[in-house]
Amino acid sequence: MSELGFTPNEMMTIAASRALKGDDVCFVGIGAPSAACNVARLTHAPEITLIYESGTIGTAPDVLPLSIGDGELCDTAITTVSVPEMFRYWLQGGRISIGFLGAAQLDKFGNINTTVIGDYAHPKTRLPGGGGAPEIATSSQEIYITMAQSKRGMVDKIDFYTSFGHGDGGDHRQRLGIDTKGPTLLITDLAIWKPDPATKEFTVVSLHPGVTREKVQETCGWTVKFADKLEETPEPTQLELQTLRDLKARTDAAHKGEAVSAKRGSKDG
Amino acid sequence: MTKFLPLSKAVADNLNNGDTVAFEGFTHLIPTAAAHEAIRQGFKDLTLVRMTPDLIYDQMIGMGMARKAIFSYAGNPGVGLLRRLRDAVENGFPHALEIEEHSHAAMANAYEAGAAGLPCAIFRGYRGAELARVNPNIKSVTCPFTGEVLAAVPSVRPDVTFIHAQKANKRGDVLVEGIIGIQKEAALAARRAVVTVEEVVDNFDDLHPNLTVLPNWSVTAISVVPGGAHPSYAHGYYIRDNASYLEWDEIAADRDRFREWMQKNVIEKTADDFSARVEHLRNVA
Repeated sequence: MSELGFTPNEMMTIAASRALKGDDVCFVGIGAPSAACNVARLTHAPEITLIYESGTIGTAPDVLPLSIGDGELCDTAITTVSVPEMFRYWLQGGRISIGFLGAAQLDKFGNINTTVIGDYAHPKTRLPGGGGAPEIATSSQEIYITMAQSKRGMVDKIDFYTSFGHGDGGDHRQRLGIDTKGPTLLITDLAIWKPDPATKEFTVVSLHPGVTREKVQETCGWTVKFADKLEETPEPTQLELQTLRDLKARTDAAHKGEAVSAKRGSKDG
Repeated sequence: MTKFLPLSKAVADNLNNGDTVAFEGFTHLIPTAAAHEAIRQGFKDLTLVRMTPDLIYDQMIGMGMARKAIFSYAGNPGVGLLRRLRDAVENGFPHALEIEEHSHAAMANAYEAGAAGLPCAIFRGYRGAELARVNPNIKSVTCPFTGEVLAAVPSVRPDVTFIHAQKANKRGDVLVEGIIGIQKEAALAARRAVVTVEEVVDNFDDLHPNLTVLPNWSVTAISVVPGGAHPSYAHGYYIRDNASYLEWDEIAADRDRFREWMQKNVIEKTADDFSARVEHLRNVA
């Protein structure tokens, strides 16, 4: 991949950032979603409202937070509310347009497991659990998911339904009385996926540059469906790449405890 | 009316074996010093309540103090898993741990209901989520007006809650600012509330009138412990020690290394040692 001048992970973050718009109100999960949301803010969507579950609304961090409650998020936010208010008024109240989540395990209908690998009572691996995700998944107007592809991560059957996507597919959400759209976009390090309008199964609609259908299938635990008209994801622009790399460099330095030279509340872009 | 007490006495007076206790702090203002004092005093059979049981509950569980944990995100925020908690859940080491697992929305609502004196919290949640299958404390109620089926969970009513805050005034009123998290709800939901603070000031006369304040009569005891949230942070005083959170992942991965670290950094130390730990984090706060 090196001959392309960018890594699959960089392509994933940048492709995810492009999906966000300036008028979105985005509830940001930590990790890959956080990087994508901030690249969007620093490039084409400076007006985007980023919300982290620690209660920070309209935050504009100079470095990516290690946790959802880093001080940087509060320093640069329009306002910071209590956690009950965050979940009751802003999320449950229907004011979030995009919930942006990562996943430890994902199935083809966008159901997410971040709870256990193995049996719940006697797990093989105890993962951290749902945190805010179970309600983000159902109360946000729609859900974007981003994760690097692997057979361990993208599985035919997840071990635990932490956060509900499209369930068994089709109209399963409506049957449970959930009136939000659920997962509408999946961005991996190899491709962009969208749910089939009827079955709700994630279908590859765009391959990232240099990626083949075989490569997508090799790193996915279910039989992959491809759209009839398969597109190629435009490669990252110089601005997108530089913005992401600068953000990562600042973040790495800050998390290792090196001197933080950036002024609190400053913005780049 | 609250009392100003040394931390060792505030903990001894307010925590008992078998208590349901919350050491709350949502990433910010985590009451690490209070938790370490509880570890030194060696309490047993605790039911630990917290939305995000991070390092301090990993430490208490690893030291064998917990009978049960009630939580919604058992991770080291931004780093990964809690390895002592995992060892207890996966291997029963040092002993089995009962867990009651919720979502953040449920826990936040449950604390708020506790503070409001209600027996349960009602919210729109857990739709399609499997936690409702494995946690018998997740139930549903039907709205008597619209017929909508809503989630219900019991309120959280700890015997005692410990929180850390920026400052108290001399009367014992408490100020919390920045990421205010669930501090106020957790304190008001509990029968007893113990607050550690960075400092005590004469009064709050010059402050914004809406800053989050717990009036002195709603707080049982206050202890002054500068740096008492480390490796978490106190907005306006010192920043989060992210390097310590990354380091914890390695320390907690090994049972022996964990015990050695606890002996050296908790058992053989006191609350007075926290101030020095945040010195290098103060100039950038």
